[in-house]
Amino acid sequence: MPRIDSPADLEKLRKSILSQRDPDKPCITLCSGSACHATGSGKVAESIEEEVKKQGLRDEVDIRKTGCHGFCERGPIIVIHPEEICYFQITPEDVPEIVSQTIKEKKVIERLLYTDPDTNEKIIHESEIPFYKNQKRLVFGSNGSIDPKSIDDYLAIGGYSALAKALSGMSAEQVLEEVKKSNLRGRGGGGFPAGRKWEGSRNAPEETKYVIVNADEGDPGAYMDRSLLEGNPHSILEGCTIGAYAIGSHEGYIYVRQEYPLAVENVNIAIKMAEEYGFLGKNILGSGFDFTVRVHRGAGAFVCGESTALMTALEGRVGEPRSKYIRSNIKGLWGMPSVLNNVETWANVPLIINKGADWFTQFGTDGSKGTKIFSLVGKITNTGLVEVPMGMSLKDIIYKIGGGIPGGKKFKAVQTGGPSGGCIPDELLDLEVGFDELTKAGSMMGSGGMIVMDEDTCMVDVARYFIDFLTDESCGKCVPCREGLGQMRKILTKITEGKGKEGDIKLLEELSEVAKEASLCALGTSAPNPFLSTVRYFRDEYEAHIQEKRCPALSCKELITFHIDPAKCQACMICKKKCPAEAVDGGKKKIHVIDQEKCTKCGTCFEVCPSRFSAVTKISGEPVPSPIPEEERIITRKSKANE
Amino acid sequence: MENDRIDQIVDKHQGEASSLIQVLLEIQSENHWLPKRALERVSVKLQVPLTRIQHIATFYKAFSLVPKGRHEIHLCMGTACHVRGATRILDTVQDVTGIKPGETDLDLKFSLETVNCLGCCALGPVMEVDGKTHGKMAPGETADVLKNYE
Amino acid sequence: MSEILLQIDGKEISASEGMTVLEAAQNAGISIPTLCHHENLEPFGGCRICIVEVEVNGWTKRVVSCIYPVAENLVVRTRSEKIDKIRKMILELLLAHAPDSPELQDLAQEYGADKDRFGKEASFCIHCGLCVRYCDEIKKKNAVGFVDRGIRKEISFIPEIAAKECWDCKECFPLCPTEALQAAYVLTKALICPSPSSETASEE
Repeated sequence: MPRIDSPADLEKLRKSILSQRDPDKPCITLCSGSACHATGSGKVAESIEEEVKKQGLRDEVDIRKTGCHGFCERGPIIVIHPEEICYFQITPEDVPEIVSQTIKEKKVIERLLYTDPDTNEKIIHESEIPFYKNQKRLVFGSNGSIDPKSIDDYLAIGGYSALAKALSGMSAEQVLEEVKKSNLRGRGGGGFPAGRKWEGSRNAPEETKYVIVNADEGDPGAYMDRSLLEGNPHSILEGCTIGAYAIGSHEGYIYVRQEYPLAVENVNIAIKMAEEYGFLGKNILGSGFDFTVRVHRGAGAFVCGESTALMTALEGRVGEPRSKYIRSNIKGLWGMPSVLNNVETWANVPLIINKGADWFTQFGTDGSKGTKIFSLVGKITNTGLVEVPMGMSLKDIIYKIGGGIPGGKKFKAVQTGGPSGGCIPDELLDLEVGFDELTKAGSMMGSGGMIVMDEDTCMVDVARYFIDFLTDESCGKCVPCREGLGQMRKILTKITEGKGKEGDIKLLEELSEVAKEASLCALGTSAPNPFLSTVRYFRDEYEAHIQEKRCPALSCKELITFHIDPAKCQACMICKKKCPAEAVDGGKKKIHVIDQEKCTKCGTCFEVCPSRFSAVTKISGEPVPSPIPEEERIITRKSKANE
Repeated sequence: MENDRIDQIVDKHQGEASSLIQVLLEIQSENHWLPKRALERVSVKLQVPLTRIQHIATFYKAFSLVPKGRHEIHLCMGTACHVRGATRILDTVQDVTGIKPGETDLDLKFSLETVNCLGCCALGPVMEVDGKTHGKMAPGETADVLKNYE
Repeated sequence: MSEILLQIDGKEISASEGMTVLEAAQNAGISIPTLCHHENLEPFGGCRICIVEVEVNGWTKRVVSCIYPVAENLVVRTRSEKIDKIRKMILELLLAHAPDSPELQDLAQEYGADKDRFGKEASFCIHCGLCVRYCDEIKKKNAVGFVDRGIRKEISFIPEIAAKECWDCKECFPLCPTEALQAAYVLTKALICPSPSSETASEE
């Protein structure tokens, strides 16, 4: 493959690629992101290859393994082009029918389609499904059309045209101005204006400057960056090359967390191909601009997502953050000006350059322009990755796109911003999603994790969970975080175990204040947020735990007991058989009783008791009723008594 | 691991001290753990104090200074899995294997680690054994799955 | 280096460019408590007890003076209700590890810190890092270093190096705010019983 030495040659190549692709030719796209892979898309892919060959259609049908489509709840997902027929939860057994019915006979298989839960109608086309219809997939949408391991696929959808435009038609200052005008704010958590960050580096006197892609996505429950890197790695390469041009950098790093092997693999393949084609390396597209980029793997530390800790790790040291009194865009990696931005931020850059800042600013709100990809997970019907314009209300995201809370349960709170964020309760659901709006409500945008919680979630336990996570991940350098969070963890754990006492909330608040004011880095200063937001909106739960030793959500193991209601138990023996601790006493026609000494509170009996009986209950804050006398435990069925 | 192999890995990264973490990741991945002698060799070849290497090897979760079991169990404790009951799965796994997160049993059969978010939140709670993902776990099923491993 | 004029606790102070607020204050005889600071070592910024309030461009914020650079017209306050509260809490958290440390006890008296506020912790290292940094930057022997992270972080002597270097040196011992007990203890232990992960591991 000869190098592409000019924008004109790039357009020639693109035309030639497109001319060899027939838009009407049937194409089976199969989502092969990590999540679908975990549900078996690998086997489905093999089956498709086999079946297509078997039915003699290898030359008439294209097969494309793409990145994540976003509707992770329903994977594995297949979309058949050009009709855009979307099938969900595909198993290898479905494949022969799909090939013979839909590909050959152009017939739709009803049972594999999405059913609208409100109207019960079957929906054929991907874009009409409510989950997708209400999104604005500017950045993420391309995932469904390209095979991440193929650079030609990326070129076919217009890839690298932004880079060509920037290098040949714009000066570095003009590129910078466009990004500034777009008001693009960092998508990694801080929400700092990207243009301003770039400008600081551009104006710094040093010759050597670095661009860094932060792909150390550590927030538990957030996997947008992973899906972008796995599914469309070239978009990030293009974005950071444009950024490098704007600030005058010639060397870049992509810091990918070690827990993302597929992302590392796909980015490395993309870099190699980009270098072959001449989009990376020396004299890119004949412009005279040089830029190389390397992948650096993380080694399992959440704190390395913090920008100064990441740079310290890049230098081959432990990920201990540094003070930010002099910002890292002035003195960063090896003391040089370094622009570090999140994966999603970089992915927005080619769009902004191609379509212009004016186009970009039409989306979003005054303070937060563009779109944001959220990972909508937890107690939600449609789990997955969603991209919405800033300004959409939380209510719309959770109900219109997310499909609401499953199992008929009531919504309780939505946690945004990961461990640095907070919980937003029901009364604030009309909140329009944006950086400043979320911060005002006591949370933050963070990297885009959106964990939905229902009536069964204990908010004290949520605070304990996050502090536990952060205590584990703290680098340990500064006292307020290392010692302060450690003490907070002890207190919160005691509260969930029923050992809380008067004065605990006040002490937690004091520790929070010190961590917020005096910690070395943002991990420490934002660590108290989950506690502070849950105590702000759910103080009654804390007080119930401390004063009444009661968990209102019936969740904290030490504070609940399981009890079989003798009035409802039908002695079906299911819970007795499933109990891993053999703690259920009873028999056929003998009402079951739980031996509290043996019970491990695993909750299996609660889950397996048939819903028409619903005999297993959880009790908290009061003693368990004593078992009824032996004689009353024998069930005599009315029908048998009449015989 | 032979010193030659360690030298090869170091040379592959141009003997740069800043590649220390990448070098250790490769040794960990090939050898499944980092023996002290390997750390000493890297310290000599990269001209980096052993204290720095020791700190790195204990700071980052990817490294193990002790041999690991035949089967690695990774339990996702990400927020989405947590909210769907991952703690109960952890309790069951601890009971069945007899070890806590970060430990390996005496037979070197199982090593248990908790991880934060495997990225398959729709399948929560998730347990990964030897890279194979088991989704929608319930405490009862967990014991059954683990019984199948020798 | 140019001269910079700033204000600390109401006093006009003159400092040179590149100085930290702590250096400027110490030069002017204004005392700010420190634990992890040593004039011959790079600033660490770990204990946070040297925290002060600064006003810049009309904004007030709290920064650690051992690292924060002096700036023209900077207004610094070394004591305030908030600063004192933070220092008190830092001391209480550290006293849980080393209640008998004279340095901590003196500061505790000044700030009203209660050594029994938190339950006694097992390890009496307060992670000021003075021993590790001294051995690295000044002696350049690296006989002692940190291991692990967060609340599990500890100091650890490398037995082979410590056996050769430490008995004749011992210069880190008087640096320890917890009076060298930790350093001596761990050193002796390391020399007598080397760590299990090294010797008993399978031969490769």
